[in-house]
Amino acid sequence: MEFIVKFLWLIPTAPLLSAGICALLPRERRRLSAGLAIGAISISFLLACAAFVAAFHVQRAVFNFTWFEFGTTHVPLGWMLDPLGAGMAVMVALVSLLVFIYSTGYMAHDENFTRFFCFLALFAAAMLGLIIANSLLLFFICWELVGLASYLLIGFWFQKPSAAAAAKKAFITTRIGDMGFLIGMLWLYASKGTLLFYDGGHGCLETGLVASTTIGLLIFCGAVGKSGQVPLHVWLPDAMEGPTPVSALIHAATMVAAGVFLIARVYPLMSPEALQVVTWVGAVTAVFAASIAVAQNDIKRILAYSTVSQLGYMMMGLGAGGVAVGMFHLVTHAFFKALLFMGAGSVIHGCHEEQDISNMGGLRKRMPVTFATYAVGMMALCGVPLFFSGFWSKDAILDAAHHWPASRIPFYLGLIGAFLTAFYMTRQVCAVFLGKPSTEAAEHAHESPSAMTMPLLILAVLAVVAGFFGTPAWPWFRSYLAGAHAEFDMVKLAEDGAPLVMLISAALVIVSIALGWWMYGSAAAKPLKESDPLEKAQPALFGLLRHKFYVDEIYEATIVRLTAAFAMFSSWLDRAIWGGLVKAVCWLALLLARINRGVDETLVNGGFDAGTETVRSSGAWVSRWQNGQVQRYLRIIGLGFCGLLILLLWRSR
Amino acid sequence: MTAPLAHYLILAALLFAIGLAGALARRNAIIVLVGLELMLNAANLNFIAFWRCGAHPEMLTGVMVVLFSIAIGAAEAAVGLALVIAIYRHRRATQLDQFTSLKG
Amino acid sequence: MILTALTFLPLAAGVLVALLGRDRQAFGRNIAFAASLLALALAAAVWAMFDHGTGGLQFVENHPWVPALGMEYNLGVDGLSVLMILLSALIVPFALLASWKIEKDPKLFFSLTLFLESGLFGVFTAQNFLHWFLFWELSLIPAFFLIRIWGGPRRTSAAAQFFIYTMVGSIAMLAAFLAMYALADASQRTFDFARLAELARGAHGHASHPALATVIFFGVFLGLAVKVPLVPFHTWQPAAYAEAPTGTTMILTAAMSKMGVYGFLRVLWPIFPEQIQQWRGPLLVLAAATIVLPAAAAFAQKDLKRMVAYSSINHLGYCLLGIFAAARLAGGAPGWANEQAAALNGVIVQMFNHGLTAAALFYFVGLIEQRGGGRGLDDFGGLRRPAPVFCGLMGIALFASLGLPGLNGFPGEFLIFKGALHLAAETAVISTLGLLLTAIFLLTILQRVFSGPLPAKWSGWPDLTLGERCIVAPVMALIFALGLFPQLLTGVANPAVMQMLRFF
Repeated sequence: MEFIVKFLWLIPTAPLLSAGICALLPRERRRLSAGLAIGAISISFLLACAAFVAAFHVQRAVFNFTWFEFGTTHVPLGWMLDPLGAGMAVMVALVSLLVFIYSTGYMAHDENFTRFFCFLALFAAAMLGLIIANSLLLFFICWELVGLASYLLIGFWFQKPSAAAAAKKAFITTRIGDMGFLIGMLWLYASKGTLLFYDGGHGCLETGLVASTTIGLLIFCGAVGKSGQVPLHVWLPDAMEGPTPVSALIHAATMVAAGVFLIARVYPLMSPEALQVVTWVGAVTAVFAASIAVAQNDIKRILAYSTVSQLGYMMMGLGAGGVAVGMFHLVTHAFFKALLFMGAGSVIHGCHEEQDISNMGGLRKRMPVTFATYAVGMMALCGVPLFFSGFWSKDAILDAAHHWPASRIPFYLGLIGAFLTAFYMTRQVCAVFLGKPSTEAAEHAHESPSAMTMPLLILAVLAVVAGFFGTPAWPWFRSYLAGAHAEFDMVKLAEDGAPLVMLISAALVIVSIALGWWMYGSAAAKPLKESDPLEKAQPALFGLLRHKFYVDEIYEATIVRLTAAFAMFSSWLDRAIWGGLVKAVCWLALLLARINRGVDETLVNGGFDAGTETVRSSGAWVSRWQNGQVQRYLRIIGLGFCGLLILLLWRSR
Repeated sequence: MTAPLAHYLILAALLFAIGLAGALARRNAIIVLVGLELMLNAANLNFIAFWRCGAHPEMLTGVMVVLFSIAIGAAEAAVGLALVIAIYRHRRATQLDQFTSLKG
Repeated sequence: MILTALTFLPLAAGVLVALLGRDRQAFGRNIAFAASLLALALAAAVWAMFDHGTGGLQFVENHPWVPALGMEYNLGVDGLSVLMILLSALIVPFALLASWKIEKDPKLFFSLTLFLESGLFGVFTAQNFLHWFLFWELSLIPAFFLIRIWGGPRRTSAAAQFFIYTMVGSIAMLAAFLAMYALADASQRTFDFARLAELARGAHGHASHPALATVIFFGVFLGLAVKVPLVPFHTWQPAAYAEAPTGTTMILTAAMSKMGVYGFLRVLWPIFPEQIQQWRGPLLVLAAATIVLPAAAAFAQKDLKRMVAYSSINHLGYCLLGIFAAARLAGGAPGWANEQAAALNGVIVQMFNHGLTAAALFYFVGLIEQRGGGRGLDDFGGLRRPAPVFCGLMGIALFASLGLPGLNGFPGEFLIFKGALHLAAETAVISTLGLLLTAIFLLTILQRVFSGPLPAKWSGWPDLTLGERCIVAPVMALIFALGLFPQLLTGVANPAVMQMLRFF
């Protein structure tokens, strides 16, 4: 199976090629472009599956090559096969494939259909390249390219100013984190001498030494930006301006999880202090975002905040429990969150581009497949015990947080987050699917075409099944990552206080769902359109949550305004100070010129003028002698001659 | 049988005086030219006289100089007359006091 | 001989075109373009025949010129020069095509552009100061007239400011070199770069008078800093770039600004190693200011051309950051030589790539101006709908400019920051702010011009014509090729860099 390593580069290259071809296709070749993209991602998926199988035996194999040379050294890039990457690749390729298929239905009427598949394929290529990268530099390159694809796809409906602004915001916010990542990467390069992860014992992950906490935190900055952690989470909800398949693929399942994957990838470098920060940031984000989601009415924004919150869980899992814990939640979350987003897309599609959940209701009967799959996704996200993947993966995180030696607070935050998650999801499902339709659009909603419902069904199955690969009793996923064989052992379920954590979280979820149903779904509840029960109970708190803790406004008032002020200052500096200096020098030169001119005109020119005037006037006087009368000259000569003669005669006497 | 030198000189002086008077007093340019010729010829006469009564009459110096002088005088008269005619054509006058274009 | 031919070919063609009759404009234009293509072919030949293995000068031609003044006709190229020649030769045909539709006396415009090209080639090949300075000034005169005659509404003041500013710098530089000549012993007097560098290394000549050498250093520095330009000597630049006609702006930013950076590497680096090290701190501050302040100022502009002009200053700031960061004595920690090599390689790669990208950006801004009659940031909107190809290609150029990996802007910035972070950590960290601000204003351009609702008056906005696509196609191809295969540049530049590092 070793040969697969040589062909690993085909996994990202196939979609990249299809993206390149789609970019050159004219707008009318819709079927061809969709076919190309789906075909390419299918190839990637099959190769990723092959790699996944190969990783059982190979554990780790790398292929490195020189990108370019400088000085006496060179910059190597490379790709690698290992369980972490292979598992991630299968997940990404699969979700991509499903989203691509789903998009043929969702985007069927869009005029830029061809371009859409071009961008999607570009994204898939960059994301898969990021996963197989064996060099932090290649990782960074692909990291930026997924950012580009995300930018292009958020701004896909570029006629909407809000979409264009959201795309820009997403790119710049993530780039703030990326600058930290870049510095951290270069610092790492300087301290370790290589950016290759594995290089036959010389890679930066192999030396067995952690990097300094600063480097770890700088790299974590990149993850904070990409994965929407507090305080750089603001772009992710806005990114919902993009088409829903994009939200499902990029802003729920794959790209935003790349930050988590990054930390998982460089885990050996992270110092304990850095991991503490990761845990804290994750825990805070989990609760922060979940509480905001409680008060939102836009179906996609609720899911977006939910994504931010779940990414927080993943970070917490990474920090407190290790790679397997975080990555397992990443995979299960990818399936059920993609499912939820695509279900939301189906709802939006069915309700004619309506996104406000207060304008929906009663869709259970009109969109049965969507409802059923959405309910599965919702229960997986809430962590309904035993049969849904979210339960197992979230439980692993909570368990890890429970055992975290540094502090118990993240564990409690995680519990609060779990409670809030179940609550807002129940609220959403009740408002969308239960009760009576509250608008005309919801009244006439229709089930989506099979291109959209088929992926939903597949994902629904995965959202249930995926959980069984990571139960404490059969930690297959953890073993796969570690290259070990998993044993089925029921006893482990009862070890180390695990049942306690499980019971607490299960009880919390059930209470929360019941509370949600009582407030929003029961016969006694009024439609959301009229008023939110929570708003009635706690208007101040609800307002704060509705406005997302005013984070956007705070940033607007501080950072954005500061940047603008700095720009104005710099521009002013140019005009007033630097330009002013130049002008001052100019004025000085002009002043000197004026003085010089004054001296020249009065003193120097005056003297010369006076002299020449004298010469001229005396000349004029003398010239009167010459009156042009030739005979007069002759007479004067004659007179002179006579005078001379007389003088001669006088003298000779 | 030669007349004494003084006679020649007196004759030449008379001629010169007549020519000078003509050149100074007359306004007609042609008459002025004639006066000039008279003054020239007075000078020629003097040359001949000094030569004949000089120390070396056999050396023909006087004749030589006078021949040159006559040739130059002829050329001068020709140029002068040509100038007069040119001016006359231009200005329709031969009166010298009307010509003041050389005024400074 | 090939270098002499390369230098004088555009000059001869320019004279020929200028001497043609007034009624033969189109013919003159064709001749000029053919000459620029021929020069490109010659430059490509130099590049192809260049031995990539060694760092020394190649194709050397050395003849005495005015021995009494120490003036020699001394030509030669190393990797740095080859890349700069190639860049100039690439940009000039691009600029000529961009100016193809100029109405006012196109013959003269094209011939002046050829004179300018000749000046560029002369500067990038000369190895003797007086020779170098001659061409340095030669390039200034046509540039002045190109701005003065074909420029925008405020061309008069822009051209005058450009000329006088640059001239002040040039005079300072000339005076500095004359002082250096005078300071040397009679037997060692020279204007030859290599020999001056030897004097500096042996602490002879100017190097034996530390105080005077500092003054001389700043004289040369001023001349180069104005040309680049370096904050705070940059105020001529936005005005000149904004007022100059598109084709001229392309050459100004792509090639002429490189003359300054080239001077830093060719003149200042080998001849004043002591002084650069001594003043490294303040110089790094200036480099950081050159990166951050113009990027912020660009954000405050309302004129697309001025924005791109400011971004140009910002990008050259990275080059200076690399140079000043690398100017640190080796002998400290091991591996410094490689960090220095990284920074200097990055500088050269960045010079080449910024030339391509900035020229392409100015070309696109010129097209916007040509189609829309203005270039205000807020005058447009939604143009992506009627002109998707235009938007796509300009978007590629913008992303290349902000340093997106995979496009040509990235390798240079990566190498510069790799070196600088190690050699001058604080400055490098502050400078990343520039990367961020660049992203902000470049994306703002994309957002304001191409996104949002389409105003009714632009609904008939024409997309790129076939001809325009063909004009930008080679540049676009290079943007991708050099982004993916930086070895194409570092392979040529690295031996020259290793040679330069011997001065430190």
